[in-house]
Amino acid sequence: MAEHLAIEAQSLNLWYGTFQALFEVDLQVRAGIVTALIGPSGCGKSTFLRSCNRINERLGYVSTTGTIKVLGQDVYGEQVSAIQVRRHVGMVFQRPNPLPLSIRDNVLFGHRLHSGKRVNKADGDALVEEALRQVLLWDRVKDRLDHKATGLSLEEQQKLCIARLLPTKPSVLLMDEPCSALDPEATAAVEDLIWTLRGKYSILIVTHNMAQARRASDECVFMLMGRVVEHSATEEMFVAPKQQETADYIEGRFG
Amino acid sequence: MSRPPVSSTPGVTGPRAAEAKSLDRRDRAWWFDFGARAAVFVGGMSAILFIAAIFVFIGTQGLDFAIHRLSWSEFLFGTHWEPTVEPPRYGALPLIAGTAWITVVAMLVSAPLAFGAAVYVAEFARGKQREWLKIFIELLAAIPSVVWGVIGLHVMKPIIQHVFDVQIGLNVLNAGVILGLMAAPIITTIAEDALKAVPDTYREAAEAMGATRWQVIYRVVLPHARPGLSAAVLLGIGRAFGETIAVLMASGHRLMIPHSVFDSAATITATIAAELGEAAKGSDHYQVLFVLGLLLFLITFVINLTADWIVRGGRRRA
Repeated sequence: MAEHLAIEAQSLNLWYGTFQALFEVDLQVRAGIVTALIGPSGCGKSTFLRSCNRINERLGYVSTTGTIKVLGQDVYGEQVSAIQVRRHVGMVFQRPNPLPLSIRDNVLFGHRLHSGKRVNKADGDALVEEALRQVLLWDRVKDRLDHKATGLSLEEQQKLCIARLLPTKPSVLLMDEPCSALDPEATAAVEDLIWTLRGKYSILIVTHNMAQARRASDECVFMLMGRVVEHSATEEMFVAPKQQETADYIEGRFG
Repeated sequence: MSRPPVSSTPGVTGPRAAEAKSLDRRDRAWWFDFGARAAVFVGGMSAILFIAAIFVFIGTQGLDFAIHRLSWSEFLFGTHWEPTVEPPRYGALPLIAGTAWITVVAMLVSAPLAFGAAVYVAEFARGKQREWLKIFIELLAAIPSVVWGVIGLHVMKPIIQHVFDVQIGLNVLNAGVILGLMAAPIITTIAEDALKAVPDTYREAAEAMGATRWQVIYRVVLPHARPGLSAAVLLGIGRAFGETIAVLMASGHRLMIPHSVFDSAATITATIAAELGEAAKGSDHYQVLFVLGLLLFLITFVINLTADWIVRGGRRRA
């Protein structure tokens, strides 16, 4: 069997209005591992991430050419709806953004959208417990599941934002600088969590933090000016980058 | 930093005096600032002053009668408003009932319309279209109430007679629809503000989980905006309550308790407007109209305070 790909972009171009943000991006993200997207601000890494679940489209002035396949299906294909794509491709944002609902309702939000029928109490409880256990939050919040999620600490909120993706059984998790709003301790906790989710989910994570990319990813993609410059195993990229730009960026000469 | 010691010797002249003068803070900018602050303070406080003055005025005009001669049980529960026959009867229940009926119909008309408009403007319309819609909604709010009254008299009346096959076209339904249309732009504007105040990150979060536009609206946006939406309806009710001329023209002004939306009715406001000119100043009739005014004042006061309280409560919880 050929190597499984979680995401496969082929000559992807993307414009915000008339501004071109991505140029002929070819990228293959392997399933079941953590892939980090690095590069200076404005290099297109968040844009690429936000194309994978088509959340870019809410802006209303985005146009694309080329394809992005998630699990072999072109997400921009005519018979594919953004709604279905987002069920399989969960997203975690820079700032934790739990909905102003209870912790329980946050975890069940996506599931309720997609299951189409009412979730009975017992099934709901089981889903909530399983999801919260996976993000190592269960023991901390099990006694206050009906409290507002917005009252949690930022670290807990971000973990909850990961937990609420799990009940719909996504295959890919997209994370847009998930630790940039957290303090170092919380960052370490969330990184550990990401590492425990590795294997079950294919994780694509955008980060500004070189150290984070280095310690918490299997493969690394370096982007610059809307193009992919280098894609290799993380160890390799940080020890022996092939391109001069990559080396310059990693060593902090720009960006 | 070391500074030269300040001389306190009286009668210094020359550069020292100039320096002292320049330290006097009361220059032109200071006086201007002082004056401007006083002016806006007076402006700001004037609202409280006017409310208090109006309350005192209305209160004193009807006070003597309200305390000494008015039967409150008749006033609140009596079904006959006959201030000019002998002996006069001051049962305000028909007016209260008429006001209530018309207000309820008005809200049934305007709440769905206004919420629909608010959701469309806040969540769907974009760019130019949004700007234009908002301008038109504000224009709608600016149409004089007498114009609405004329529409009630000459447009709504034949339509109601024709569509429902009833004899009287000036009734609760007519006045309610007219009032509903009048209140809709205000409710729309306030409701739209409430929807716009819902952080966009909530919408983004829900959409990223695969919610459709509609699911985002009714599962996330509307629940979060609920206090603001309730306040919008309450302020709309306040508006409908206080409206006078359009209601007088469209309701038929019949001083009896309406039993269906096709009965003519009279409201508190319309009764005051219609009768105050004829009542001799200081007479019982004159005074009872002020008692009606006081009742109206209290009801709108309670409605507005409730709206305010709901909005504040919502902010605290968020």
